[in-house]
Amino acid sequence: MTDATASGVPAGKHTSGSLLEQSPRTKRRNASEARFRFYGMAAVGIGLVFLVLLLIAIVRNGVPAYTQTFLSLPIELKAEALDKNGNRDLEDIRKVSTFGYNPLLDEALLRVVADNGIESDYSGADLRKMISSSAAAQVRDYVLTHPAQIGETVEFRVLASSRVDGYLKGRVLREDLERDKNLDAAHLDIIDVLKDAGAVTRTFNWAFIFGADASESRPEQAGIGVSMLGSLFMMIVVLVLSLPIGVAASIYLEEFAPKNRWTDLIEVNISNLAAVPSIVFGILGLAVFIQFMHLPQSAPLVGGLVLTLMTLPTIIISTRASLKSVPPSIRDAALGVGASKMQSVFHHVLPLAMPGILTGTIIGLAQALGETAPLLLIGMVGYIASNYPDGVASGFLDPNSAMPAQIYEWAKRADPAYYERAWGGIIILLLFLMTMNIIAVILRRRFERRW
Amino acid sequence: MYDSPSLETKVTDKAIKIAAQNVQVFYGDTHAIKDVNVQIQDKTVTAFIGPSGCGKSTFLRCLNRMNDTIDICRVEGDILLDGEDIYDKRVDPVQLRAKVGMVFQKPNPFPKSIYDNIAYGPRIHGLAKSKADLDEIVEKSLRRGAIWDEVKDRLHAPGTGLSGGQQQRLCIARAVATEPEVLLMDEPCSALDPIATGQVEELIDELRDSYSVVIVTHSMQQAARVSQKTAFFHLGNLVEYGETSQIFTNPVDSRTESYITGRIG
Ligand SMILES: Nc1ncnc2c1ncn2[C@@H]1O[C@H](COP(=O)(O)OP(=O)(O)OP(=O)(O)O)[C@@H](O)[C@H]1O
Ligand SMILES: [Mg+2]
Repeated sequence: MTDATASGVPAGKHTSGSLLEQSPRTKRRNASEARFRFYGMAAVGIGLVFLVLLLIAIVRNGVPAYTQTFLSLPIELKAEALDKNGNRDLEDIRKVSTFGYNPLLDEALLRVVADNGIESDYSGADLRKMISSSAAAQVRDYVLTHPAQIGETVEFRVLASSRVDGYLKGRVLREDLERDKNLDAAHLDIIDVLKDAGAVTRTFNWAFIFGADASESRPEQAGIGVSMLGSLFMMIVVLVLSLPIGVAASIYLEEFAPKNRWTDLIEVNISNLAAVPSIVFGILGLAVFIQFMHLPQSAPLVGGLVLTLMTLPTIIISTRASLKSVPPSIRDAALGVGASKMQSVFHHVLPLAMPGILTGTIIGLAQALGETAPLLLIGMVGYIASNYPDGVASGFLDPNSAMPAQIYEWAKRADPAYYERAWGGIIILLLFLMTMNIIAVILRRRFERRW
Repeated sequence: MYDSPSLETKVTDKAIKIAAQNVQVFYGDTHAIKDVNVQIQDKTVTAFIGPSGCGKSTFLRCLNRMNDTIDICRVEGDILLDGEDIYDKRVDPVQLRAKVGMVFQKPNPFPKSIYDNIAYGPRIHGLAKSKADLDEIVEKSLRRGAIWDEVKDRLHAPGTGLSGGQQQRLCIARAVATEPEVLLMDEPCSALDPIATGQVEELIDELRDSYSVVIVTHSMQQAARVSQKTAFFHLGNLVEYGETSQIFTNPVDSRTESYITGRIG
C-alpha cells in the first residue's frame, strides 16, 4: 500500500473523470498498440515485396522457356542418299546414320535461303548452324517410320538452334555474336528475312514440359518431362512408405507407448532428425541403399527411400501434434462407454486428427519434391534423363533425374539457353508445390467442415 | 477411517455392489485419496459431496479405472465389484467400463451426429441385432436422458452443436445406452436448468430400480433429493458415509456439519 502512494499516483484516480476523454494511461496504451500494428504491417509488407519481386523474376526469366523457335524446311528425301539399293529395306535405311542426312538438310537450307531472295555466300554447313543438331535425327526418325515417303519432298518443322531462339527472344544480341563461333551477324540477317517470310516461327513449347533432357550442346531440345516422371515415381515411394510408417509410429508413440525415458529419448531423436541437413540423409542413402544393398544408382526408388527418411520426421511431428490437439475428453468419452484404446483412437481420435495429418503429409511431400541435396549423392544429378522409362518397374529402377536435380543440372551448364530453362523448370516445380498446398488446404477444409 | 462400524452395519440391508477397501490414490507425489473404505449398494443412489478439490472425481474415476489413462496416477487398495477385484491383473478395463458407465464432469459428446453418439456404445458392444433395434435403443436412451423431444427431429445433426446442458443430457443418454450395471455421474447437472435437472433427477430415480448410481454433486438439495446414501469427502478423506437423511439432519462429524451448513467448502 505504501508503495502505491509513494509512486505519486493517487489510488482510484481512473474511476473519476469523463469517459469521453482518454486518460494519459489509455493514450499511452493505445499509442503502443498503434505502433505494434505498424510494425506488423511493415513486416508483412516487406514479406509481400520480396514475394512479388521473386515472382516477377521467375516469370520474366522462366516464361521464355515455354516458347521455342522453329524453322519450316521442305526437305527432299533423296532416294540415292537414303536408300542406295532402292528396295526400301528398313535394315538398309537404318544403316544411314544422322550424318548421312546432313547433306539433305544443307540442300534444303540453301534452297530456302535462295527462295527467299537472300544473297548469301554461306555453305550449307554454315547455314546448318542456324538449326538444332537434333534436326538430322528428327528427319531420320521420320524416314524410318515412313519409308514410303523416300523420294518425296516433305515439309519439316525443325528446331532452330538455341542462339537463333535466343536472338528472337532478345536474349542473344548482335554484339554478343562477335565472340561467338556458333553464329555470325549474317546468320541473323537471314533469320530476320525468314521470320518476315513466315518460315521461322515461335510457338508454345510442349516439348519443354513433356520432353526429355538433351545434351549440353542442344538446349533448344531439352525438356523437363522425363525428370518430372522421376519425381513422380519418387513421390510415390515417399508417400507409400512414409505415410503409413509415420502415422503408425506417431499413433503408437502418442497414444500407446508408456511415457518413460526410452520414449523421451525417441521423441528427442525424432525432433533432431527433422533438423538434420538433408545432405546427411543423402550420404546415408548412398552408403546403405547403394553401397550396402546394391540398389541401382540414380534410380527413383533409391531417391524415394532417401527422401522417405527425410520426410518421416516431418510427418511424425505433425501427426503427433495433431493427435495431441484432439481434446482428451474425447478419449475419455470413448473409454467411458467401454471402447478399447484402439477403438477410441481409430473411431474418434484419428478422424479428428486427419486434417492435421494430411496437411503434414502433403507439406512433407512438398518438401521432398523440392529437395536437391540428397539426390546429388545418389547420382540423380548429372544424369541425362533422355529416355522415358518404359513401364512402371523401370520407372522405379532405371536411372532418372528429378525436377529439382534437373533444374540444378541446367543451371550448371554453360549455355545461357539452359539458364532460361532452369527458370522455366522452376515455374513448373512451383506450380506443383502450389497445387499440393492447395490440396492440403482443401483437404483440411473438407475434413473440418464436417462438424 | 472415519466411518464408524455402526454405519457399516446399517448399509447391509441391500446387496453390496462395490466395496472399496483402504483405497489410496496418488498423482505423482500428491496423495489425493487417503485410505477410503466405502461400500456402495446395489439399486441405490449414492451421492458424493465435499468441497472442490477434495477428491470426489478422483475416487469416482477409480471405480471404472478411468484413472488408468492418467500416467502419473497410482491406485492402491482393493475395489471389489460384485466381489471381484477390478484392479486384478486379469481384469480388462474395457469390459469393466462396459459394466460401469460414466458421465463426465464436462460434457464431452463425440463430434459425430446425435444418433451416432448414442449408437456408438451399443454398436461396439453388439447390443443391437438390426438397424431397427439400434433405432429403438437410441430413442429409448434419448428419452431416458430427457432430451428426446428436443432432438428427435435432428438426430443426424452434430452432437457438438447442442447447448451445454443438452450436451450433458446427450452424454447421460449415451451412458445409459450401453446398459451398465453401475452408473457413475460426475456433476451431471452442473450445466442444466432446473427443468432439465428435474428430468435428470427423475431419470436417476428410475435407474435406481435396476442399477447402482453414484453421483457427485455440489448441490446439497440435489443430494438430499435423489440419494439414499451420502458420502462426504474432505481433503482426500472420506469423513462420513451413511444414510442421506442422517447425514443431512444429524451428521456425526463436525466437518460434515460445517460443510452442509455452508461454513466450509
Ligand atoms: N490429472 C491430475 N493430475 C494431478 N493431480 C490431479 C489430477 N486430477 C486431480 N488432481 C488433484 O487431485 C485432487 C482431487 O481432485 P478431484 O478432481 O478429484 O477433485 P473434486 O473433488 O472432483 O473437485 P471438484 O468438485 O472441483 O470437481 C486435487 O487436489 C487435484 O489437484
Ligand atoms: Mg470433480
